[in-house]
Amino acid sequence: MRRYVPRFVALAYLTAVLLAPLTMVFWRTFQHGLAPVWGALSNPETVHAFKLTLIVTAIAVPVNTIFGVAVSLLIVRKRFPGKGVLNAFIDLPLALSPVVVGLSLYLLYGRNGWFGSWLLGHGIQVLFAWPAIVLATIFASVPFVAREVIPTLRELGDEQEQAASTLGASGWQTFRRITLPSIRWAVIYGVVLTTARSLGEYGAVAIVSGRIVGRTETATLRVDDSYQNFDLTGAYSISLVLAATAVVVLILMTVLKPKEQMA
Amino acid sequence: MAESHANPVALRLSRAAGTSERAGTALSLGLVSTFLTLIVILPIAALVWESKRDGAHAFWQVVSSPEAVSAFKLTIGAAAIVALVNAVLGTVTAWVLVRDDFRGKALVNSVIDLPFALPTIVAGLTLLALYGPRSPIGVNLAFTRTAICLALCFVTLPFVVRTVQPVLLELDTEMEQAAHSLGASGLVTFRRIVLPNLLPGILSGLVLALARAVGEIGAVVLISGNLPYRTEVSSVYVMGRIESGDPAGAAAVAVVLLATSFAILLGVGGLRFLVTRHERA
Repeated sequence: MRRYVPRFVALAYLTAVLLAPLTMVFWRTFQHGLAPVWGALSNPETVHAFKLTLIVTAIAVPVNTIFGVAVSLLIVRKRFPGKGVLNAFIDLPLALSPVVVGLSLYLLYGRNGWFGSWLLGHGIQVLFAWPAIVLATIFASVPFVAREVIPTLRELGDEQEQAASTLGASGWQTFRRITLPSIRWAVIYGVVLTTARSLGEYGAVAIVSGRIVGRTETATLRVDDSYQNFDLTGAYSISLVLAATAVVVLILMTVLKPKEQMA
Repeated sequence: MAESHANPVALRLSRAAGTSERAGTALSLGLVSTFLTLIVILPIAALVWESKRDGAHAFWQVVSSPEAVSAFKLTIGAAAIVALVNAVLGTVTAWVLVRDDFRGKALVNSVIDLPFALPTIVAGLTLLALYGPRSPIGVNLAFTRTAICLALCFVTLPFVVRTVQPVLLELDTEMEQAAHSLGASGLVTFRRIVLPNLLPGILSGLVLALARAVGEIGAVVLISGNLPYRTEVSSVYVMGRIESGDPAGAAAVAVVLLATSFAILLGVGGLRFLVTRHERA
């Protein structure tokens, strides 16, 4: 009996908060059949929203991956002053509210902003256009690759790299043939987390994009927009696609994550 | 660095490598720092600057306005409640995942990470589907503060679980067995042996959960209805200020949120430091 109480409590909590609501979305979406869902998803504004989300993610993820790997190598393998500060700044986006992220970019690139005034003067629009969405998404998902690669690099030690170096390998060769393969799974796991974060970003993008339907509306913004306009089928349909993507992400996370959690 | 060779050739080679290596490091560091400055640091700097632009008096006026204060109280209150719920239920969940065994445990373990994978706006919509106006179980929490707590529980659920799990895994059951053989009941053993060891892990998870809860917007924005003075949290209030064309006011409240996040990190982090004092003694 004693062992069943905690199990029941935990499972009940998870069902009530996570599982039951998630299944509701799958059910609600198809409540009126397949046709309305297809109609909602093939709506040109929705298609554009998905495209925009994908493009933004396709830019943000590689950028943050390259940054993440580079900064991890620096922090773990090199000595320089201010390492702690650098580490703290990398983790900063995790502690920030998305509205803080969005507002800070809004202020920097707005008409009176430090960058905005100059850029607009040269005909480059950042705010209320796709560049701002990209910047907001990059800002919000900066930490993930670095946070996965740093502990892995620390654990690995650099004997193999030193050996390669004494055998005459150049820095790039060592990186490509020794370091990169050994951090491969950490990088992939970090990429999965970064992708999930980029696809799902809402608060920051809501502020910097201007939410212009058919131009700067991402998938997450479209869910909100549809709901506010009483287009429940539309909102649920897009959510379904995003939720299905999340399930795929979850499967990847499970498969790739170090198996040290259950004993 | 392994440069203490007696061989002069090797020494010269490694010193030459050292110089270009240092140059390479400096260049990489420069690029990485520039990236971080452009992407993260400058925007935050612009935010802090803007909040102070009209002076301390204007800052205080916005921040102490009734609506802002009400939103802030709600934000902190809801975050505190959710932190408590997470501390208890998150620990129970971690316990079940580590110490218990049942069919589908691996699946349950994976599901814990759902809030990390699911967009927050979708999370909010799923909660609305089950606990909103057209709820199949007749529970309508839309436009209530309970809904805010529920949404925050969703997004913060993984944090305590994931920080406690590794601690539980490492925990040697010797102490518990010893206590049991000395006659301690399960509850006493848990309270006096296990819990003190779990506390650092719980606090780590709490920090993350609190920081997340204080800033959350996507999950909350649909189900809460954002009614001023009733169900409007600070993040929504900030967005409202922006839409009203008051970026300085928005910046002021945003800076308060920023400071709150730091206070949480320092406060609970300090608590964790105190709790683990005996480990460093």
